[in-house]
Amino acid sequence: MKRVVIALLAGALFGLGLAISGMTDPDKVLNFLDIAGRWDPSLALVMGGALLVSVPGFALARKRGDCACGDALPAPASQRIDTRLIAGSALFGIGWGIAGYCPGPALANLAHGGEAVAFVVAMLAGSQLARLLPTPP
Amino acid sequence: MPTEFTPVSALLGGMLIGLAATLLYAGIGRIAGISGILNHALEQRSERGWRIAFLLGLIAAAGLWFVGNGIAPRTGFPLGWLLLAGLLVGFGTRIGNGCTSGHGICGLARLSKRSLIAVLVFMGSGIATVYLLRHVLAVLP
Repeated sequence: MKRVVIALLAGALFGLGLAISGMTDPDKVLNFLDIAGRWDPSLALVMGGALLVSVPGFALARKRGDCACGDALPAPASQRIDTRLIAGSALFGIGWGIAGYCPGPALANLAHGGEAVAFVVAMLAGSQLARLLPTPP
Repeated sequence: MPTEFTPVSALLGGMLIGLAATLLYAGIGRIAGISGILNHALEQRSERGWRIAFLLGLIAAAGLWFVGNGIAPRTGFPLGWLLLAGLLVGFGTRIGNGCTSGHGICGLARLSKRSLIAVLVFMGSGIATVYLLRHVLAVLP
């Protein structure tokens, strides 16, 4: 139960952060990527603000060694840099650059209904398509 | 649509996102990667509760902000492009194992070289895509 409450709170903070920062506006995201045109650097500051908190926050948690609920912290992130990582990230970036939605803001926009619903349905379909690929050893 | 540079709200909202990621990591030992949380919530019975709670919290909080501030969604974006973009985002984040939040905020906070590479690649392909669609082909506004 405690885990669910923490996750609910974290999700709400995340959604609020996306909305306050303007990242739920896909045009703002597209304009960040449009360095040769209507460049809006806001997204860089969103990333910077997030890292300002999460870098020391994660370091403190690692120093403590476990988390508040007594679970172990996740194992150190994989360091494998392979074709899947590069190709997947490249395709994701193309989709991001077409419509201005990455998964978080797309879900946040479900609160509006509207175009986000179509985007999320297509996103789920794309994710299922990717499962058809053979998994790496 | 042109947008204004909003440094203060960007920084403030970013810090809330960082706080949310830290809370999930330090509180229950999980990574706030939205694509992963969504995929696992739909595909795995175990640990479904916290994932659904996180996603509902995210949508509800953003929705309250939209209502409170009278923010309307974008309209008129071509449906075909929207669907193609969704397919690519879903496909790419599954293959690349993460998106802006998982690689960008949590991965970098964990000082993961793999995530740094992912961020550089999707930022690069995103910038190239906007350049191509807006300035070379001029097919999207």
